[in-house]
Amino acid sequence: MAPFDFHGYNGRVRTAAALAVALGAAAVIMVFFVAPEDVDQGISQKIFYVHVPIALTAYAGFGVGAWKGLRLLMTRNERYDLESYTAVHQGTIFGVLTLVTGAIWAKASWGVWWTWSSNQLVLFLVLFLFYCAYFMLRFSIEPGPRRERISAVYALFGVALIPVSFFAIRLASDFIHPTVFTRDGPQMTGSMFAAFCTSWVAITLLAYVMYRTELAGKRTDLNLRELREALAR
Amino acid sequence: MSAGEKYVAAAYGVFLVFVLVWAAIIATKLSRLERETGELVRLAHARTSGEQGDG
Repeated sequence: MAPFDFHGYNGRVRTAAALAVALGAAAVIMVFFVAPEDVDQGISQKIFYVHVPIALTAYAGFGVGAWKGLRLLMTRNERYDLESYTAVHQGTIFGVLTLVTGAIWAKASWGVWWTWSSNQLVLFLVLFLFYCAYFMLRFSIEPGPRRERISAVYALFGVALIPVSFFAIRLASDFIHPTVFTRDGPQMTGSMFAAFCTSWVAITLLAYVMYRTELAGKRTDLNLRELREALAR
Repeated sequence: MSAGEKYVAAAYGVFLVFVLVWAAIIATKLSRLERETGELVRLAHARTSGEQGDG
């Protein structure tokens, strides 16, 4: 395995972490003190500013996992296996958060924690469970090129579910889950949209910092294992 | 605090707890890596001094 570039990692991740903290603080101020309350949903609509960016980050995690899987299949470079695995792991963590914050919002708005009649919810659950099975598949195979290839192909298959899940609300005939972004643009005021964008960028940067930190930890683990084996010889 | 406000606090609280738990997991992992690196450094030093003794 190639030596880990600590200097490059430190510079980019430190900048992203500082920006995530600053934008996170700005997002909280904008959400609670600038953006007006929604006429229909009242205060519970504020959950939108954390729930939707988390869901988009989960999609991004699965998307990056698939992209890195594709890169692995194209180049056979083992570094992409770890990157794909870490991205899918991030996507799954944010998937759990999407389901939890979504359930809280559902209870506040609809009076139920979950409803099977919403295609958007069910398709996201299917996507989430698909990627949960990724870990079962991965850890049931011995480490090596075969595991790397099978994991990459599985991550690639899952990415097909992302547009289906994302556009389900527009294609299906259920009107339970709200549609905020339509062909006519975002259905919210300018300050609401600004608060949403700030929150989205902050959570994306946080996810990037988490991804890079987790990846650095896993690479260091592998390097230490190789060093231990070399010293034991 | 109204019911709506409680749900909003719960949603943001879940996210905050998640970030804190993640930071705690990373801190635990970092301390393990630090310990393992220290062990390997000691092993490398012991090996180097052993090789010098042999030579």
